[in-house]
Amino acid sequence: MRFETLEQLADICLKENKTIAEVMMEDQAKETNIPVDEVFRQMADYYQVMKEAVQKGLTGNTKSRSGLTGGDAKKVADYMQQGEPCLGGPSATAMAYALAVSEVNASMGRIIATPTAGSCGIIPGVFVSTQERFGWDDDKLVHGLFTAGAIGFVIANNASISGAEGGCQAEVGSAIGMAAGAMVELRGGSPQQAVHAVGLALKNCLGLICDPVAGLVEIPCIVRNGLGAVTALAAADMALAGVGSVIPADEVIGVMLEVGSAMPTKHRETGKGGLAATPTGRKLTKELVEQRRRKAKEAKQPPSDMN
Amino acid sequence: MRFKNVFSIIGPSMVGPSSSHTAGAVRIGRVARQLLGCQPEKAQITLFGSFAETYWGHGTDLALTAGLLNFDTDDERIPEADIEAEKTGMSMEWVQGKGNGPHPNSVKITLWAGENKAEIVAASIGGGTIAVYSLNGFDVQITGEYPTIAVTHSDSQGVLANLTALLSREDINIGYMDVDRKGRSGAAMTVFELDSAPAENIIKEMINQPFILEVTMIDLTQRS
Repeated sequence: MRFETLEQLADICLKENKTIAEVMMEDQAKETNIPVDEVFRQMADYYQVMKEAVQKGLTGNTKSRSGLTGGDAKKVADYMQQGEPCLGGPSATAMAYALAVSEVNASMGRIIATPTAGSCGIIPGVFVSTQERFGWDDDKLVHGLFTAGAIGFVIANNASISGAEGGCQAEVGSAIGMAAGAMVELRGGSPQQAVHAVGLALKNCLGLICDPVAGLVEIPCIVRNGLGAVTALAAADMALAGVGSVIPADEVIGVMLEVGSAMPTKHRETGKGGLAATPTGRKLTKELVEQRRRKAKEAKQPPSDMN
Repeated sequence: MRFKNVFSIIGPSMVGPSSSHTAGAVRIGRVARQLLGCQPEKAQITLFGSFAETYWGHGTDLALTAGLLNFDTDDERIPEADIEAEKTGMSMEWVQGKGNGPHPNSVKITLWAGENKAEIVAASIGGGTIAVYSLNGFDVQITGEYPTIAVTHSDSQGVLANLTALLSREDINIGYMDVDRKGRSGAAMTVFELDSAPAENIIKEMINQPFILEVTMIDLTQRS
C-alpha cells in the first residue's frame, strides 16, 4: 500500500482527487495482483454476509453455547416498537443491529471479522441501519467498507487490532474509528473530515481494557458493540459538522499503542482481570466450568479434567 | 508492515465467536487434514494453554473437528461438526497438554487413516492467522496463507536444486522456504510457500524425482 499513516492517505486522496475507498481499492488490487472488480466483488460478498447476520440476530435464536448471552438485540428492537427510544430511532436501530451481529457471532453464526470477531457488530450495525435510513444501494456501502478497511489498515500497522496485544481499544475502539471515518465519507465528507472522525472516535476509546468473562467473546463484548455503533455515529456527526480532532488521528493511534503496551496482561484478553475478575464474573466462570464437566460426562466431549 | 491486505482488516468471513479460538482452529484442522491427504479415521487432539482453558465456550473443539472435515472458516455446519464427524465414523480423542506448548493457543493433532499417519503442531496467533511449527515431526514455519508444498526426502545433495528448478520452470515464485532434517543423511523435510498453486502434474513430477519420499500440498486459499 502507498500509505502508512492517515495523513499520507488523506494527502493521496487530495492530490489525486479520489476518495479513501477508491485509493484503498486500487492499492489492494495492485498489492495482491487481483483486478479491482474482483476485489470489489469479494467485499460485496462480505457485505451480504453482514446483512444476513443482522437479520439472523434480530429473528433467530442467538443463545450462546455458554448460555450467558443472546436475545438482547431483539429486546432493543421490541422496545423501539413501544415508543421513542432515548437515543432517537436511527441510533437505536444501529445499536440493535450491532448487538444482533455480535450475538450471531457469540452463538456460532456466520459474521465478517471487522476487524475482529469480538468487534464484528459495529460496522454492520452502522452500515446496514444507515443504508435503510438513506435508501443507499449496496455498492455505496461496499465502497464504505473499503474506507473502513483503509482506516483499520493504518491502525493495525501503527498500533493493534488485537485485544490480546492492545486491549479492547484495539478491537472495539478500532471498529468505532473505522465506522466513524467511513460514515463521514458515505455522507459526502472529505477525506480530511473522515480522518478527523477517526481521531475523535478513538480518543473516546483509549484505555478500554479487554476483560471478557470466562475468556469468552460475550460479556462485555456484545454490549460494547451496541454502544460502539452509537459512538461511531456521534463521531461522524461531529466531524461532518466541522469539529476537528486537535490531536491528529495518527497521534491518537500512537497513544493507542502506548496505552496498549502499558496495559497489564490481566487486562488483555486473558479473562483474569477487570469485569472477568469481579465476584459475579468469577461466579459465572465457575458455573460454566461445572456445567462443562457435567456435559463432558454425558457426551464424549473433551475430557472433564481439563482446567 | 504487519498487515498487507485489506481483507485481513475486513474479514475473514467466519463462524464465531473468536477469530483466534474458532476461525484459526478451523484452519489448523484443515492443515492437518491436508497433510494426511484424506478423511481421517482417528484423531488425537492435544490442547495447550488458552486453547485448553477456554476451548469449550469458543467452540475450539468443534472448530478443530470442522477443519479435520475440511470445512472452511465460514461453513455453517461448524456448530454441528461433532455430529458431522460421527457420520464419517471418525473417532476423536481429546488430551490436555502437559507444559506450555509453543504459544498460548497451541494444539497438537495426530491423525490416522489406514496405514497413513500425520502429525502437526500449530498455534492460532490472532485474527484467524495461524502458525504451523511442525509437520510429521519436522520443524517448519508456515502460515497456510499461501499454497504450500511439504516435501519429505532423504538428506541428499541436489534434491533442493531439482525441486526449485522444477518450480522455476513452471514460473512459480517461492515466497518462503524452510528445510529441516532429522540428521545428516537421514530424512528431511522441505516446505515451500508459493505465490501460486502448482498444477497436480507438477506434484506428481516432484514425487518422481530422485530421493523424494512424499509430496503433500497444503492450500487453505482454496475453498473447500
